[in-house]
Formats: sequence, C-alpha cells, structure tokens
Amino acid sequence: MTVPAKASATAPAGPDRPILEVRDLRVTFAIRPRGAWPWTPWRSLRAVGGVSFDLHAGEALGIVGESGSGKSTLARAIIGTVPSEGRILFEGEDLSRLPPEARRMRRRDIQMIFQDPLAALNPRMTVGDIVAEPLTTHFPKTPRAEVRRRVAEALERVGLLPTMINRYPHEFSGGQCQRIGIARALILRPKLLLCDEPVSALDVSVQAQVVNLLRELRRDLGIAMLFIAHDLSVVRHVSDRILVMYLGRLMEIAPSREMVAHPRHPYTQALIASVPIPDPRREKARPRPVLEGELPSPLAPPSGCVFRTRCPKARPDCAAEVPPAFPVGPDHRAACLYWDEPTPLFAETPAGAA
Amino acid sequence: MAALLEIEDLHVTFATGDGTVNAVNGVSFALEEGETLAIVGESGSGKSQTAYAAMGLLAANGRARGRVRYGGRDLLGLPQRELNRIRAKEIAMIFQDPMTSLNPYMRVSEQMAEVLTLHKGMSRREAVAESVRMLDLVRIPDAKARVHDYPHQFSGGMRQRIMIAMALLCRPKLLIADEPTTALDVTVQAQIMKLLGDIRAELGTAVILITHDLGVVAGFCDRTLVMYGGQIMEEGPTTLLFERPTHPYTLGLLSAVPRIDREDEMLLTIAGDPPDMSRLPPGCPFFPRCAYAVPGNETRRPPLVTLPDGRRRACNLSVEEILARREAMP
Repeated sequence: MTVPAKASATAPAGPDRPILEVRDLRVTFAIRPRGAWPWTPWRSLRAVGGVSFDLHAGEALGIVGESGSGKSTLARAIIGTVPSEGRILFEGEDLSRLPPEARRMRRRDIQMIFQDPLAALNPRMTVGDIVAEPLTTHFPKTPRAEVRRRVAEALERVGLLPTMINRYPHEFSGGQCQRIGIARALILRPKLLLCDEPVSALDVSVQAQVVNLLRELRRDLGIAMLFIAHDLSVVRHVSDRILVMYLGRLMEIAPSREMVAHPRHPYTQALIASVPIPDPRREKARPRPVLEGELPSPLAPPSGCVFRTRCPKARPDCAAEVPPAFPVGPDHRAACLYWDEPTPLFAETPAGAA
Repeated sequence: MAALLEIEDLHVTFATGDGTVNAVNGVSFALEEGETLAIVGESGSGKSQTAYAAMGLLAANGRARGRVRYGGRDLLGLPQRELNRIRAKEIAMIFQDPMTSLNPYMRVSEQMAEVLTLHKGMSRREAVAESVRMLDLVRIPDAKARVHDYPHQFSGGMRQRIMIAMALLCRPKLLIADEPTTALDVTVQAQIMKLLGDIRAELGTAVILITHDLGVVAGFCDRTLVMYGGQIMEEGPTTLLFERPTHPYTLGLLSAVPRIDREDEMLLTIAGDPPDMSRLPPGCPFFPRCAYAVPGNETRRPPLVTLPDGRRRACNLSVEEILARREAMP
C-alpha cells in the first residue's frame, strides 16, 4: 500500500497538525455498460486507489493528472459527494465517520469551486441570492441586513460591484461568473477551498485574472486550497506543493519548485516534458520526448505500478507490486522502484530549472 | 513565389435575433506553399470564422465578404460543386472534436475509402489499402485490422489521428487545423503535434493552425497572426513576435500566460473582458482594455501597417511609444 511511514494519523491536535489528512483514500465505482442486460455482472472501476497526503492550514496543494487520473473524484470524496474508503481527517476529525448532521456542520468549512462557471450557477436566481445561499442555508437565522452586508463583502473581495446583486448569471461573462462562484464559496469564510479546474474554461487573459485572485485570497485570508487542474503551468503558479496522479494513484508529491526542477518519477518527467512553453527558440530546440501509448483502461489497470505499460524504464519486478511512495528528498515522495536511476529519453531534458 | 492562399479584406457577419454579429472585420493575409501559420486569439476573436469563411463552411446565418484567392480563383463566389472539388482534395480541415468529422455509424474503412473513390476514382480495394497506408503514417497501431473498426472503438487521441489521416488522404496542399489538440491531454497533445510536424516535413503540406495556446504555436509555426475583435492586431515571424511583441494585446497575452519554466509572483493581466461582437467599439477593438490607450483615440481605427522588420501591426501608437512606455511600467 502507499501509506508512507510519516503518515501517523494519531498525531496530536495542535497548531502544527495539518488541516487535512488523507490516508489510503480509495473510491470504487460499480459500473455496467449502457443498455446492459439485467444479468450482466457489475464491474468495479477503481477511480482512486490508496492516495495519502497532508494539507496544512493556508497551504495550496496542486493536484495534476490527465483525464481519468482520478483527481476530480478525489475532491468529490473529500467533500463527501462520492462514497470512499480510507480516512479523511479534517482538523483531526474523521469526516467519513461523522454522523450526517455533524458532517454537514463540518462542510461549512470546506467549499468548492467548479470548472464550468455558468453551469455551477442557478440561472433563475439573482447573483445576490446565489452568493447568499450557503449562508442562509447553514445559518437560516442570519438577519437580512447581515446577509446583505456579507454578500457585499464577498462580492467586493472577488472584484465585483455590490450593485450587481439583482442581476442574473447570464448577464455576466465567463470570468465574472467564476468570480461569483468564488464569492459564493467564500461567504461562509471556509478554511479549505477545493478548486476543480477553476480556470480551464476561461480565456488566457481572464484566466490570469482568476489565478491572481486565488493567490490573493490565499495570501489575505489564509485559506488552504486543493487546486485540481490538468495544466501544470497554472498549477505550478498557484501551488506550494504538487501531487501528480496517474490512473487513480499517487505518482509523486513534492514542493512545486522541486517538482519542476527535479522530477523523480518517469511519469512526472514525461508530463513536464510535454508541456509546451511559449518561447519559440526554446521550444524548437527542445528535444520533445513523447510518451508513447495511451492511458490503459481503468477497468483493467496494469498490475503493480500502473504506469509500467508506458514507462521507458519498466522492468519485470514493476509488475509485481504497487510501489510505495519512497521519500526521495526533503518533503518529496515518488512511487517508483527505480526513482534514483536516470530515465532514458528524459534524463537530459529537465524542463525548466527556474 | 506565388502565394498558395490569399485572403483580402475578409468580413464575416452573422444575423442573429440580437442584431448583427461582426465576427471578422477586414482580415487580410497570404500563405506561401508549405508554410505554417498560426492564427491565435481568444474565444470570439474571429480566428475560426476566418477559416470557416474561407472554406465555405459558415453557419446558415453567416455571410462572408471579401476575397479568398486559391489557385487563381476566388473561393467565396464558387458554386458548391466546384468548392467540393477543392475541399478535401486541395484544402483539408481538422477540428477540435474528431467526432464532428467522423460518422459514428460507418466503419473507419468505409468513410476513409469513400473519400478516395469519390475524389480519386479509386476502386474500393485500392482505397482501403491506401487508407491503411495513411493510418500507418499517423501511427495507428495494427492499422490493417483496426481500419474496419467503428470510431467509438478508438480513444480520443486515436480518433484525432484518424481524422488527420482522413484529411491527408488526397494529399492536400493546405491543412487547416482548428484547435486540434485542445481537447487532448498534454502527453497526447505532444504526440499529435509531433505527428503533424513529421507529416508536414514529409508531405510538404502548408498548415494553418488555429489555437489559443501560445505554447503550441511556439513549437510549430513559422508565422503567427494575432486576432482580437475580428481584426488582426499583429502578425509576423513567430520568433520575432514572441521575443519582441510590439502590440499592446500581444504584449498582454504573452505576459498573462503562466509558464512552467518560470516562477512569477503575480501574472500580468489584461483588465476587463473580451468585447461583445455585436457592439464593437468604434475604433480599435482592444481600446477599452488597452493598458497603453491614450484618451482621444477612442474612435480612431488603426490601419494594419507593415514594418521594416517584416511584421504587420494595427495600433494607434508607434512601436517606439509602446516600448518606451513599457519600460516605465512596473
């Protein structure tokens, strides 16, 4: 299993204790093809398989992976919209063992921002009502004047005018809708913000505005963030640390700068080498090592290391067992048996030692 | 050398319930044989509609004005039948979503062979053999067996390869790729871009790459054309444009992109939102968001001027003014 040695779930509660501790988190879906016969057996798809990590108060952890890596499912498991196994400790409390009412109370502290800003907002509600909804749901006795004040405060915080409260979502641009979504997430003054591809649907110029806004929120409000995205350039820019997932498993976790400068897992190396850089001279001179093949079916993942079927340095024993996440440097773990050996193709091409 | 494709003063309008949308407003450019040109811009900049208009693929409520010269003829006035002869055979197009060009009810072999029997008069057997050769070229593993599969039996990256193979069947002189890798994962994107590069080198096909991704452009295109509000803002050799941008929009775009090889405290942003294409500003479309805008220029529409270094740009301020003020900016 991928539970690292340092994962001591019995750490005493205190200021140094991580705000979120995820231990051996597993999510399995029972699926059947559409139009299957009633007697067709259900098959199990393991979307997340044994992921463990910590998140400290005020910290931003980026979660990167390609489609099917399980990164969004991970967020859904943390917020409790998909059932999971393993442990999710929020401020030391195991969320999965809490009774529903207590869990709902805890959820005030964890809010989420979604990818499609317009789809996440009810088109028939005014912006004011949308932003106020979490507050009026969790604290129905809040006086009207207080609600209005908090809504105005949240809107200003994300760079919108408080006078916009009577308008509807369709009157706003994509970037503004994402700001409304962020204001809604902020109104309960959460301690943890889960951002699921928050800027992927936005144009470059607007994406930069929202990325900066998220950075400001962290700096000014000290909110911890899980920032899930497929774009490593954006993730690198927003996160203190990065966790790389592939086919539901943790491949590598390290501080952002370290991850980009010295990736140890061959998958991370391939991922970083594939990110295009808007610099023609560098881009044309850069040997582009291309990862061969495609993601295996999550219904039949390879035995042992899930990346071995595409890995340039896979050996027979990679198929035997799931490699644990080895400590490979300060605050740096990589789930590869041969992490300390150079990877053919990628060895000479560190993408960007900044 | 004569240009392969010449677009002159192209305008595209759409009649909608909310009034006329001016998607493309006077775009002119030429493409040499074998050249790669990137058209970059954000959503609504008119980059795709420019290509659709040239190919006669506008939606029913769309209208194109101007000239699109290809092989001595103006494509805009051409009857459907003659246009069909040029499309696919001379100019091919690939899209972001391969399922927009693949028929889900037909085996890959049938739809690929159809192109060849129709355009080249091949027999079915020859056509299927040629299709397999082309699938091999785009590196579909085990193409000979898989050619008889249906599109849904392939992954997203493989479908993209099939669409590229299909577009190349008649060895077109020009390939227009509209966001070909936007829906793909980054490692698959790298595979597809490498494939397009190899094919270009092998067949000498000219490519127009329409994208919003400046990183992809940097590694692939000889020339880059930057669009905003349906107009060309700046155009020139890719290296020149990326290393010495002189238009405020190009400058803003390049500094707004987070880069994996850099660590910036805050990204420089372009304030505001893209324009409403049915209510464009009277002058430069970028004026309301421009960090260099000078009061008094609101209604002045800058002409596209060719500079000595080979670039074209449309800005009311001179290169010297922009660069001097850029120095002074934080």
